[in-house]
Amino acid sequence: MVETKRQQAGPARETGSMKNEMALEFDAVSSNESFARVAVAAFIAPLNPTVEELSDIKTAVSEAVTNAIIHGYENVYGYGRHGEVRPVYCRIREGKVYLRCRIENGVLHIEVEDRGVGIENLEKAMEPLYTTKPELERSGMGFAFMEAFMDDLEVESQPLKGTIVRMQKKLQCGSWIYGGE
Amino acid sequence: MDMEDFQVIDDYLCIRLPEEVDHHKSAYISENADRYILKDRVSNVVFDFSDTQFMDSSGIGIIMGRYKKISCFGGKVFAIHADRQIRRILYMSGLNKIIEIME
Repeated sequence: MVETKRQQAGPARETGSMKNEMALEFDAVSSNESFARVAVAAFIAPLNPTVEELSDIKTAVSEAVTNAIIHGYENVYGYGRHGEVRPVYCRIREGKVYLRCRIENGVLHIEVEDRGVGIENLEKAMEPLYTTKPELERSGMGFAFMEAFMDDLEVESQPLKGTIVRMQKKLQCGSWIYGGE
Repeated sequence: MDMEDFQVIDDYLCIRLPEEVDHHKSAYISENADRYILKDRVSNVVFDFSDTQFMDSSGIGIIMGRYKKISCFGGKVFAIHADRQIRRILYMSGLNKIIEIME
């Protein structure tokens, strides 16, 4: 459905020349996970992405931001330790998550940064199913999903300094739509 | 999501998942699911994705966690009404090998 709509909107777009940037800074709390992915979805809406593209990008953003919150800052809102019925909520590190997006030549660049604990063993962390927080029922699929759903993934991390996740995705349409249909 | 989203029918716990399944919601879902599994001694869990439009790897964690809890007693996990995007995530994570995905 979206596919055909985009075709029809053909004459109204200008190919690839538009540039657009945004940056957000928000507290590292779990309720901001949905805020972050909805913000990115709204940011790329003028590019008229397909349902698949939108869903891929939202998932990747959600993974990166969740990682920053629960691993970077260890702000844990999760299901309790073994045998405990109540969820545990503890904020170990106050901090902000920095989200930057850029659209250039039809490519979406996303950067998610935290200034938390950093990743000790990046190679291990990127392995599918590997998690340092099994007690929170983390599946260990975060980086695997980011890799699968985006075209390019780059992770830069320094222990005790923080982590930056950079992702890229070429949007099929890669063009800017002005006004309505 | 409220208590009505958890229903026990015979030997099955049916969970109607919220619109978005992410880390923020996962504690609530897992906590309540486990309470029902213990209290009503159900052996199977059904995840109903009718309302769900978004799920990330936290959802995989929820399903895997429940699977671990019930599979050792011979219980099964089902996923129903999952749309294309959700199915993709279930398949990508390999969950389709341990749970049953149905229409």
